[in-house]
Amino acid sequence: MFLTRKAEFSASHVCANPAWSTEQNQAVYGNNANPNGHGHNYVLEVTLSGDPDPVTGMVFDLRELKEILNREVVDPMDHRFLNKEVPPFDRVIPTTENLAVEIWKRIEPQITREGVSLHNVRLYETTDLFVDYGGER
Amino acid sequence: MKLTSRYRFSASHRLDTPALSPQENQKLYGKCNNPHGHGHDYVLEITVDGPVDQNGQVVNREALDAVVRERVLTRLDHKNLNADIPELAGSVTTTENLATLVREALTKGWTLPARLARVRISETARNTFELEVG
Repeated sequence: MFLTRKAEFSASHVCANPAWSTEQNQAVYGNNANPNGHGHNYVLEVTLSGDPDPVTGMVFDLRELKEILNREVVDPMDHRFLNKEVPPFDRVIPTTENLAVEIWKRIEPQITREGVSLHNVRLYETTDLFVDYGGER
Repeated sequence: MKLTSRYRFSASHRLDTPALSPQENQKLYGKCNNPHGHGHDYVLEITVDGPVDQNGQVVNREALDAVVRERVLTRLDHKNLNADIPELAGSVTTTENLATLVREALTKGWTLPARLARVRISETARNTFELEVG
């Protein structure tokens, strides 16, 4: 059975490679490269896979899942400038793809346990653009 | 990693097949068979799949937007699907057939590094059609 929990955070970012010219960055990242940054209301959907526990009837304790998402994602990222305040985005370009990979790395070890695995991280940058990451390299 | 981008277009259509009589068409398609047609604000979701490149992207957003705009949106937006789209001539303008048309329009000559993985079209907020691209 799949279980999905949603969380929101709002943050600003710049997508630009510091080694490149303004024109090069503009060509690759469009207006996401604007040097002073801009923001999004990110929506995160985390999907776990597992069987309901025969005693509790739950795949995963939702309160614990909420705490993991708050501790690893929402508290450190909400109302922050990702490039300046949230490592590794001082050196990794905070595209939505890289953000999804980072969120996976932060929460996966805390979710994986007997019978439960992290199945998918979906991250909406806007309501019209999102990525799905299943841990593949 | 999959990236999904959502687009919108508005078009009119009428569901009617020459294989059936007017009465049978009316019975089968109901309101969708009304003779002068009707329209929808379609929502199109395009999903691409591939590794994250050294720029941290599955695909360049503007390149994807340009392909979808040129091959799909400009051809369908504010058009009559029965009258204005040669590829749909002779087929019923259901959203199933529309999804197939969009898939064909995109796969032919697709040059983006990420694979086209899925075409999803909502005709209304209640009806959605999804086509996996193998």
